[in-house]
Amino acid sequence: MKSLFKTAAAKGASAPKRKLLALAVLLAASYAVCVCAGSLILSPDTVLLGILGKSDSQVKMILETVRLPRATTAVLAGAALGVSGTLLQGTIRNPLAAPNVIGITGGGSLFAVLFLNYFPDGGTVFLSLASFLGALAAALLVYVLAFKKGVTPIRLILVGIGVSSVTSALTTLLLSKSKNAAVDKAYLWMVGSVYGADWNDVRLLLVWFSICFFFSMAYSRHMDVQGLGDEVAAGLGAHLQRHRAVIILLSAALSGGAAAVVGAIGFIGLIAPHMGRRLVGTEHIFLLPASALIGALILLVSDTVARTVFLPVDVPAGVFTAAIGAPFFIYQLYHSRNQSN
Amino acid sequence: MNELSTTQLSLSYGDQLIIEQLNLNIPKGKITILVGSNGCGKSTLLKSLCRLLRPGEGTVVLDGQDIFKMSTKAVARKLAVLPQGPTAPEGLTVSQLVRQGRYPHQNFMGQWTREDEKMVQKAMEDTNVANIADRTVDSLSGGQRQRAWIAMTLAQGTEYLLLDEPTTYLDLAHQIEVLDLLYDLNAREGRTIVMVLHDLNLSCRYGHHMVALSNRRVYAQGAPEEVMTAETVRKVFHLECEISTDPLFGTPLLIPHGRGRSMRPAHSG
Repeated sequence: MKSLFKTAAAKGASAPKRKLLALAVLLAASYAVCVCAGSLILSPDTVLLGILGKSDSQVKMILETVRLPRATTAVLAGAALGVSGTLLQGTIRNPLAAPNVIGITGGGSLFAVLFLNYFPDGGTVFLSLASFLGALAAALLVYVLAFKKGVTPIRLILVGIGVSSVTSALTTLLLSKSKNAAVDKAYLWMVGSVYGADWNDVRLLLVWFSICFFFSMAYSRHMDVQGLGDEVAAGLGAHLQRHRAVIILLSAALSGGAAAVVGAIGFIGLIAPHMGRRLVGTEHIFLLPASALIGALILLVSDTVARTVFLPVDVPAGVFTAAIGAPFFIYQLYHSRNQSN
Repeated sequence: MNELSTTQLSLSYGDQLIIEQLNLNIPKGKITILVGSNGCGKSTLLKSLCRLLRPGEGTVVLDGQDIFKMSTKAVARKLAVLPQGPTAPEGLTVSQLVRQGRYPHQNFMGQWTREDEKMVQKAMEDTNVANIADRTVDSLSGGQRQRAWIAMTLAQGTEYLLLDEPTTYLDLAHQIEVLDLLYDLNAREGRTIVMVLHDLNLSCRYGHHMVALSNRRVYAQGAPEEVMTAETVRKVFHLECEISTDPLFGTPLLIPHGRGRSMRPAHSG
């Protein structure tokens, strides 16, 4: 990792590294608190003993089958969404770009609802697969429709918004024709929830996120030059179109992977990159890990609040990411408007 | 053959032919200025010279090689380009921007070398932005910002520097500041500079070589003293003018006809 940070961006930048470290510590602390919280409040030392396998069977059961996998899934899915949004905003150079804005999440929702409609007993594994494929298919469709001797940011976002509208219209149409049971499941999926996450989800997400994150980091230099505009990037010798295609693919793979496990959770992909930029700046070698940590933090806290505040009701986490995300976003808009004046 | 030239170059946007069968030699170690009326294809030609735009026919030759058959990074190590009105992402600092100029020199891992650091420092000193290295680009004045962008292209360490209207949006003082900087770079290090400029008088003053484009072709090229005649201005810009001599530099000074307040009884116009 040390050599990875020895790049152009990292030169003489110790402040972003310290902030990343602080974020990581904050995430670890939140994780500990979130694991303790619940209908049965556990003390930190009980949890520690439980993780080491030295507690009674009830605590062990709660920790091992419910809280630890759920918290870990929230961390991984949130991180994936944060990175996904950063990749998109970087290559499209638009602060409003996010997987759910340009139709990637919409594609996942559409396929998930299709699946729930036609295979109501198909099982969660195949539901995950369907939503993942839907996300990738939507990303591919956006890319192909936007292609005209390469893709430009403005075409991507316009086509993306179009695809997003079409997928949501089709999803609504399907829902209106579905049976009630399917509608309930579909609704939960579309808001997004970490409820019922198990170790299989954790393993899947961990592998998937690690691979995608590694490639995203390897692309951080290319992301940086893309930020200067297409002509400058091409003038600097970047393979602009090839890089853009890979970045969009990575973004779709990350948000599709997250959606496959936790459903269509919104706002994290939109706001984690903004918070990241305010904290560590625009250079992607820092921004990517920062938005991963922030995304993880948002979903972890949202899910914990969602499952504890309204006990015994387990509210979908997606409700709370929106509750945190929307005000922050308005604040951000307000702030940037004041700055440009 | 160490130079930048075009052979039978034709460029078009969609169906519209912009440049037709152009043969052009950019003299090495000189400042070449492309002039012409709005929409005559100056910027298009400049884009093609740095391989940002593929030609319909013909090609651009850089140091004996077809530029469209070279790798993008190989081109970027020989030739730097600054498009018109570039924008940096919010929050990017000057030194972060200048470091991007080392992109074409870096390997797969992007390891930052002592050579990279040296080139970045030199570029910032040459453009006089070292003292504002930690300011964000969006907080700078127009002139400072343009110097920071030029520093980025200098950090590329190329022999050729292509600029598309580097003085747009700048007030006259900042225009002179930027052009002086480019003039010094050429004089001190012999870098070949090619730029598009709108101001003909400044073009005559700073350029060794002038290329006047009109009607998809080169109307005239050569030293500004030879190119900048009343006839050229009439044909290229559809403007009547007098050519005088710059009282400071002795270079051609263009005074357009037209209306205006006359302080001279003998004025005819």
